[in-house]
Amino acid sequence: SSWWSHVEMGPPDPILGVTEAYKRDTNSKKMNLGVGAYRDDNGKPYVLNCVRKAEAMIASKKMDKEYLPIGGLADFTRASAELALGENSEVLKSGRYVTVQGISGTGSLRIGANFLQRFFKASRDVYLPKPSWGNHTPIFRDAGMQLQAYRYYDPKTCSLDFSGAMDDISKIPEKSIILLHACAHNPTGVDPRQEQWKEMAAMVKKRNLLVYFDMAYQGFASGDINRDAWAVRHFIEQGINIVLSQSFAKNMGLYGERAGAFTVICSDADEAKRVESQLKILIRPMYSNPPVNGARIASMILNTPDLRKEWLTEVKGMADRIISMRTQLVSNLKKEGSSHNWQHITDQIGMFCFTGLKPEQVERLIKEFSVYMTKDGRISVAGVTSGNVGYLAHAIHQVTK
Amino acid sequence: MAASIFAAVPRAPPVAVFKLTADFREDGDSRKVNLGVGAYRTDEGQPWVLPVVKKVEQMIANDNSLNHEYLPILGLPEFRANASRIALGDDSPAIKENRIGSVQSLGGTGALRIGAEFLRRWYNGNNNTATPVYVSAPSWENHNSVFMDAGFKDIRTYHYWDAAKRGLDLQGLLNDMEHAPEFSVFILHACAHNPTGTDPTPEQWKQIAAVMKRRNLFPFFDSAYQGFASGSLDKDAWAVRYFVSEGFELFCAQSFSKNFGLYNERVGNLTVVGKDADNVQRVLSQMEKIVRTTWSNPPSQGARIVATTLSSPQLFDEWKSNVKTMADRVLLMRSELRSRLEALGTPGTWNHITEQIGMFSFTGLNPKQVEYMIKEKHIYLMASGRINMCGLTTKNLDYVAKSIHEAVTKIQ
Repeated sequence: SSWWSHVEMGPPDPILGVTEAYKRDTNSKKMNLGVGAYRDDNGKPYVLNCVRKAEAMIASKKMDKEYLPIGGLADFTRASAELALGENSEVLKSGRYVTVQGISGTGSLRIGANFLQRFFKASRDVYLPKPSWGNHTPIFRDAGMQLQAYRYYDPKTCSLDFSGAMDDISKIPEKSIILLHACAHNPTGVDPRQEQWKEMAAMVKKRNLLVYFDMAYQGFASGDINRDAWAVRHFIEQGINIVLSQSFAKNMGLYGERAGAFTVICSDADEAKRVESQLKILIRPMYSNPPVNGARIASMILNTPDLRKEWLTEVKGMADRIISMRTQLVSNLKKEGSSHNWQHITDQIGMFCFTGLKPEQVERLIKEFSVYMTKDGRISVAGVTSGNVGYLAHAIHQVTK
Repeated sequence: MAASIFAAVPRAPPVAVFKLTADFREDGDSRKVNLGVGAYRTDEGQPWVLPVVKKVEQMIANDNSLNHEYLPILGLPEFRANASRIALGDDSPAIKENRIGSVQSLGGTGALRIGAEFLRRWYNGNNNTATPVYVSAPSWENHNSVFMDAGFKDIRTYHYWDAAKRGLDLQGLLNDMEHAPEFSVFILHACAHNPTGTDPTPEQWKQIAAVMKRRNLFPFFDSAYQGFASGSLDKDAWAVRYFVSEGFELFCAQSFSKNFGLYNERVGNLTVVGKDADNVQRVLSQMEKIVRTTWSNPPSQGARIVATTLSSPQLFDEWKSNVKTMADRVLLMRSELRSRLEALGTPGTWNHITEQIGMFSFTGLNPKQVEYMIKEKHIYLMASGRINMCGLTTKNLDYVAKSIHEAVTKIQ
C-alpha cells in the first residue's frame, strides 16, 4: 500500500482549464481571452527589443554562474526600488528601506506574507479587495495569515464601489493589513482615480493599517511608469511606511525568468538592516538564493540609459495597443448595434477587463463562438487583436442583445 | 509618526558560510585561501562555467523561436523527465512502471522545501506537524531550517559522524533508526555527505534500507552532487536506485548547481517515486498547489540548459566529461593534501582525506585550530573543520598543508 492513498486530487486550475479547452477547439476563429500574458497584434508572444539587446550584452560579458547573495542582485534590487519610488524619493536617499529580489510577483508576495506572519504580531488579518487575484488568498493562507475582504468592484456599474470601499476600510480593525493593487487591478481593471487614492490614503492612515501594495503592472497600465506608481508614491509621501511587491513579468515580458522584488519601508536605515537580515533568514530555507537571469536582464535595462529609454517606449507600446483594443472593442460593439453601455471597457485599465458578462453568456461565447474566458466574465485584452476584435464584438453582441 | 511596527525586529545573525566568504573578501593578505563556500574552483582558483553549458547557452541565444513565456507550474517537461531519469537510471523499474513524478524546483533547496511542505500536509495523516524528521549529525545546516519553516515541530538528529574514528558511526545510525518512532522521515545524503564527505558503503546502505523498511521510515534523499562525487553518475546514484529497487516510496531532491555549475540559475528537481501512477498523480497535483503559492512557476533559463544537454547524446557525453574533469581535480587535491601532511609528519592520521568523497572534507580540526588557521594563516574554513577541496590549488597546497601542520602541532 502507498503512503499517499489518502491524498486527494487537487482541484484543476480554473484559468488553465480555459487554455486547455481552447487548445482542443478546432474552430479557426477561436480566441483565447484567458491568457494573462501580453500578445502582439498577431496574437504572438512578444520579446521586447530591449530585452534581446540586454541579453546580447550579458552574453558578451561572459559572466560566471556563482550564487547570488540571498537578497539577490544588488544592481537589480536598487533599480527596482528606484523605479517604484522615483529617483528623488527621500526613502532612497535616507536608506530607510530594504529591497530583496523575489521570484517574480508571487515569490515577492510570499516573502512578504511570511515576513508579516513572523514579525507583524499585531494582526493575522489581511484585507483583500473584492475580488482580487485568485492566488492572493492561498499565498497568504499558506503563509499562516487570515483573509478578509473589503468592497471594491461594483458589478452594477462595472466600476469602483468607492463608497463601499471607504465604508469597509473605515471599519477595518486598527493595525490590520490591507492589500492594494497599485495599478491595473487584477481581475477587474478598475483603478481608483487619484482623488480617490488620496481619500483612501487618509483613511488607512487614520485606521493605522499596514499597507501592502502589489504592483505587477507598472508602466503596463497607462504606459507611463510614473503615473502607474502614483498611488505607491503618494502613500509614502503621506508618511505611510508601505511594503511592496513588484513584478517584471508583464512590463518587461520576462514571465518565465521570474524577476520580482519585495520592499519594506522602515523608520531608518538601521531598522532596514535588521529587517533585511530577517528576510534572508526566511529566504534561505525556501530556495537559498534567487535566479540570476531575469534580474540581470532587468538590471541591464534599468541601469543602461539607452536600454531604459527603449524599454519605456516599448512598454508604452504594449499599453497603447491594449488601450486601442479597448477602444476598438467598444466602437465595434456600437457598430454591431448594441444598446448597452460598454464604457467600462475603456474606463478600465491594464491587461484585464471585467466585461460584466454573466456565466450563462460566457458559456454561450465559449460554446457557440469559441471565445474563451473565465466564468466571471474576465477577458484578457492582451488576447484581442485588430484581426479579431470585430469577431469578438459580434459574439458579445449576439449573447447580450 | 507612530513607532514603527518593525521597531522590535531583532537583527538576525548572518549565515555562517556567507559571512566566511565576506570576511575572506575583506582580507588583504596575499596568502589568503578560501576553503569555505561549496562551489567548484579551477586550479587557478576561478569559477568554472562548463564548456558544454557555454555551448548550450549559445544555442539558446541563437534560437529566435524561444521566448520568455511562463513555464508550467511543475516546470519544463523535458527537464523534469530527463532530470528524474538521471537520478533513477535509464532502466529504472519505477520509470518503466510509470510511477514517478517530478517537480522542477529552485535548486536543491527548493526541491527540499516543496517535498517538506508536501510531507507536512499529507504524510502520516493530514497536517501532522508532529512527525519526527531526522537530520544527520552533522548535516548541511539549512536542512533543519527547511523542515522547520515547512511546519515540522520535531526535528531530531541521527548519529552519523564518528569524530573519534573519523568515519561513519553506522551502529549509532542504525540504532537511531531502530528506536525512531514509526513513520519518521529521514533525510539521507545520496552521496558526498555534506559536510563530512563520508558515505555509507553499498553494504552499509543495504543495512540502512533493511531497518528503514522494517520500521516504516520515509527516505528523503538529498542528491546535490551526482557525478561530482566519484565522477560517475551511476555510481553516485547507487543508494537512491537501491532503495527504489527495494520497493520504497521516496523523495529525492536533486540539485544541478554543482554538477552543471549552474549555481545562480537555481536548477533543481524533486523526484517522487510512488507505488503506482495514480498515487503519483495525486501527489503531483497537491505539489502543484504548493508551488503555486511559493513561486508560481520555476525559472526557465537553467532548466532549458539542462534539458537540452541531457536530451542530446553528444552534449550528454560532453557534460559527463566536464563533470569528470571536476571530480578528478578534487580527487587529485585530496591525494596531494594527504601526501603532504603525511610527509610533514603532521600528528594524527590523514587517510580520511582520501577516503572521504565529494567537495568537502571534515579535517578533524577543532574550533581553536580553525581560528588559528583563519586569524594567523588567512585560510578560511568552517568552524566545524570542514574544508572545500575545490579551494585547493597546486599553488596553495604547500601553504595549506604547512598551516594545518602548524595548527595541529601548536594548538590543542
